[in-house]
Amino acid sequence: MNIDPPLALLAEITHRCPMRCLYCSNPVNLEPASRELDTATWLRVLDEAADLGVYQVHFSGGEPTARKDLGELVQHAAELDLYTNLITSGVLLESEDLFRLADAGLEHVQLSFQDTDAAGGDRIGGLKDAHRRKLEVAGWVVDAGMAFTVNAVIHRHNAGRVGEMIELAVELGAGRLEVASVQYYGWGLKNRAYLMPTEQQLDAVTEIVEAARDRLAGVLTIDYVIPDYYARRPKACMGGWGRRFVNIDPSGRVLPCHAATTIPGLTFDTVQDHALEHIWQHSDAFNRFRGTEWMPEPCASCDFREVDWGGCRCQAMALTGDAAQTDPVCSLSPLHESVRALAEREAGAGTETAVYRGAKKESVLRDLS
Amino acid sequence: MNTQAMHGEGIKPRFAPHVRFKFDRRRGQWVVLAPERLLLPDENSVEILQRCTGDATLADIIDQLSAEFDAPRGEIAGDVRAMVQDLADKGILSL
Ligand code: SF4
Ligand code: SF4
Repeated sequence: MNIDPPLALLAEITHRCPMRCLYCSNPVNLEPASRELDTATWLRVLDEAADLGVYQVHFSGGEPTARKDLGELVQHAAELDLYTNLITSGVLLESEDLFRLADAGLEHVQLSFQDTDAAGGDRIGGLKDAHRRKLEVAGWVVDAGMAFTVNAVIHRHNAGRVGEMIELAVELGAGRLEVASVQYYGWGLKNRAYLMPTEQQLDAVTEIVEAARDRLAGVLTIDYVIPDYYARRPKACMGGWGRRFVNIDPSGRVLPCHAATTIPGLTFDTVQDHALEHIWQHSDAFNRFRGTEWMPEPCASCDFREVDWGGCRCQAMALTGDAAQTDPVCSLSPLHESVRALAEREAGAGTETAVYRGAKKESVLRDLS
Repeated sequence: MNTQAMHGEGIKPRFAPHVRFKFDRRRGQWVVLAPERLLLPDENSVEILQRCTGDATLADIIDQLSAEFDAPRGEIAGDVRAMVQDLADKGILSL
């Protein structure tokens, strides 16, 4: 098989994060700081990624700015002519950090906002004063002259404020806004019942986003990730397994997507053991679900098999217990109706209970929305 | 908003800040890199994009292309305008 090189590297340089977002899609068991790759290894990995043909590097985490060598890594990537992007919660950043990162060659910053309402945002993010700090950071990103995206994750408790979120993004000077429905992986899966929006909420969100897109063409680009529990077709997760993205976790494991470690029985190679190119071509984890040969029915004979690539393997795992099944959010999956019913049931029950990372027991959260 | 649609051929399209247009030797193709965007322009688009330097006006670009490809100006103008407008709406080009 002739395997095209990946287009982008997701460099999850640390799992450490001062926030405790209820929807965090990072694994339940995080890699500790002691297992993180050192600077020299990341520099080598960036060289290998550029050689392999990667165009873009996304520095993410965890909170990537928790690593002191971020500037060095950004600079190296920029010197390799890679397009650099930082995905951050912003809460650890000071004004001078942003100017330093811009000098190092950082092109683009994606700053997450949990809500437009400070109390709501801080509750979802599990960190006091986070919202106010993010507003400040946004100003510094713009002052430092980098491209700026606001990332907003939408769920039952903030769906009603998506219009305000769009206004906020414009006000803050963002050129781009990502409106993404929660994807239920890792920690977020535990809080699915707390986060799940109703279908009516989502229809309203879609309507507002579509109207704003027309109105704001040329001012704000809005990317909208549809909530797939209510969809008829699954997302083309990662643009297809092992086709476009390569993800490296803090300990150096090379993953087809950042939730892939939830799939039992996959073997992951590490950057300590092999060169990235070798892993991309030969790793069991990449080849297991690459292309269409692994597909069961109804995917195997479906016209969409090279459009959505059978959906998301991690979602199939989470919802059916078997990663090699058709993503059950697909209307052609025999499990589709039960997934939809689950979403409706959870959204309708309106639980007020959620659990933060590190908390001993579930907390009762007062809903302000 | 399409405010740009009101502009005439005097505008000078250029790449927006933080958008890079480069030739990828390894794959032998041109690419446009922008925040969370990666475009692989076809040959015709490359001809247009290579002229979006901020120096040439839309009129210059259309004139050059219609001379080079020996094609009616009106036809070329339509294609160039449509593409430039679309990329401006997406924040790839500044006008
Ligand atoms: S989702 Fe929230 S808690 Fe998880 S890594 Fe991102 S900022 Fe941290
Ligand atoms: S059956 Fe498989 S390939 Fe067809 S639309 Fe559903 S998930 Fe996609």
